[in-house]
Amino acid sequence: MSRFQTTLRSVVLALGALVFLFPFYYMVVGSLQTEPDPTVAGAFPNPGNLTGENYVQINERINLAQGLLNSGIFTGGVLLGTLVFGLLAGYALAQLQWRGRGVTFALALLVQVVPFQLLIIPLYVLIARDYGLADNFLGMILPFAINSTAVIIFRQYFLQLPRELFEAARIDGASELKLLWSIAIPLVRPAIITAVLLTFIGPWNEFLWPFLITKDASLQPLAVSLANYISNVAASASNPFGATLAGAVVLAAPVVVLFIVFQRYFISTNIGSGVKG
Amino acid sequence: MSTATTASTTTRPRHRPRRRGVLGLLFSAPYLVFVLAVFAYPLGYSVWIAFHDFFFAAPGAVVERPFVGLDNFVTALTDPAVIRSFGNVGIFLLINVPLTVVLSLVLATALNKVVRFRTFYRVAYYVPYVTASVAVVGVWLFLFNGSGLVNQLLGPLAPDPSWLINEAWAMPTIALFVTWKGLGFYILLYLAALQGVPKELYESASTDGAGAVRSFFTVTVPGVRPATVLVLLVSTVTGGNLFTEPYLLTGGGGPNGASASPVLIMYQRGLQQGQPDVAAAIGVVLVILVLIIALLQNRFAGGRD
Repeated sequence: MSRFQTTLRSVVLALGALVFLFPFYYMVVGSLQTEPDPTVAGAFPNPGNLTGENYVQINERINLAQGLLNSGIFTGGVLLGTLVFGLLAGYALAQLQWRGRGVTFALALLVQVVPFQLLIIPLYVLIARDYGLADNFLGMILPFAINSTAVIIFRQYFLQLPRELFEAARIDGASELKLLWSIAIPLVRPAIITAVLLTFIGPWNEFLWPFLITKDASLQPLAVSLANYISNVAASASNPFGATLAGAVVLAAPVVVLFIVFQRYFISTNIGSGVKG
Repeated sequence: MSTATTASTTTRPRHRPRRRGVLGLLFSAPYLVFVLAVFAYPLGYSVWIAFHDFFFAAPGAVVERPFVGLDNFVTALTDPAVIRSFGNVGIFLLINVPLTVVLSLVLATALNKVVRFRTFYRVAYYVPYVTASVAVVGVWLFLFNGSGLVNQLLGPLAPDPSWLINEAWAMPTIALFVTWKGLGFYILLYLAALQGVPKELYESASTDGAGAVRSFFTVTVPGVRPATVLVLLVSTVTGGNLFTEPYLLTGGGGPNGASASPVLIMYQRGLQQGQPDVAAAIGVVLVILVLIIALLQNRFAGGRD
């Protein structure tokens, strides 16, 4: 490979990184400005124009702690459902022989391409109207309760475990639940972290569904209350951009930190197997 | 014969699989119930709603919902706002899908060969993907407003009115935003696919005198074709689902409906204006259109493998 090509490649990669990261840097800088400064100089922090006031201001309009807590409950519920029922299903798909196994696996693949847009009206009618679960965490969690991509990742990893491992324990009379809990799960810990990361971003970032189903502001996840702030209230604030960006930093920070800390579990091969099956 | 003897001589292998057969179904039961309740049933219900006169009634009230044939579809498709939203999502897909495929493949190929800063680049590329749209929308509003940084840099070249309030530019700006945000995920898919392209193919290409560009087109592009089919499918389905970005970036599909997406119209008609039947009909049409596009893509990009 020529020197020119190597240089070109580095330039392309570095430009890409700049384009992907600059808006995040700008989010933080903008959230700390007393006066929004959209000029080129404003992209650099100016000590005379720095303040934490925007965070105070957004917190007065939308309760950040409450929003984070609601996002946490929503996400926690989905993670719990995915881990408990997803691991059970993944184990059954990989290690147990039963009628309907192929169909179940096909369903898990198919579900991932079902367009959510076709489901919003019937789900709203069913969950909010028929079951009366509007303004309720259960109603919020229900459509996301078990992440199908996670089920497929679990199956993929359980398949790689040698069968002899299980046969020996079965002969000793261990129950399948015990096998799953004390042999299979400890061996697929990396897959569990990958699945947790992948599942986490779904409900944490989801806007449309919790937006439809919660009218009560005290139950809204942060993504919903921030969006409501952007579309309704921002116009009346003294520094709408600063306050919006401060809220954006609070919403984005947990996910960004999580993905930097656990980046080695979010690699192409895991994700690829999850999507392709 | 031999199976019969083993089954009769040892009781365990006969007994165990049957027990495990029930267990498999038992272990998967919660997931199956979930899929039936949240995907299969609502899917059928949605089609049913689209063909009936459906409205929101007080809880517990028994109301008649007569079959109305194609009435809801006629109402939907004679509404200029609905037609416009389908045109808008068409513009969106024409910009977003090709840009996504080209940029993610080029960046994944470059990333696949680099050794230094590999982790840094990988993380940098998927940070937008893992962050909430609602959060990054805030920055884009700041960057692309009339006196925003983008226009400051462009100076006299800046469009007037500015990007998101300009009828011609609103949808392309949204398409650019969604491309930027989703690219990291597609780069990961291509990176996985690139691991599956045999190294020998590159070696024989280079002994045949092919340069980097040549081997990109003759080895890489055909080698990752299954991934390309997947990227096309996922980005098209995601594009059809477009809602959050026009809702927030252009204040609900403005200016003048130039950036309204079908899902946004479904929300307005179905839940704000109380016509869930018309909204369901829009959804059915949208899914059929997305399916047709996906099948065409599969036909032309999928090859025979």
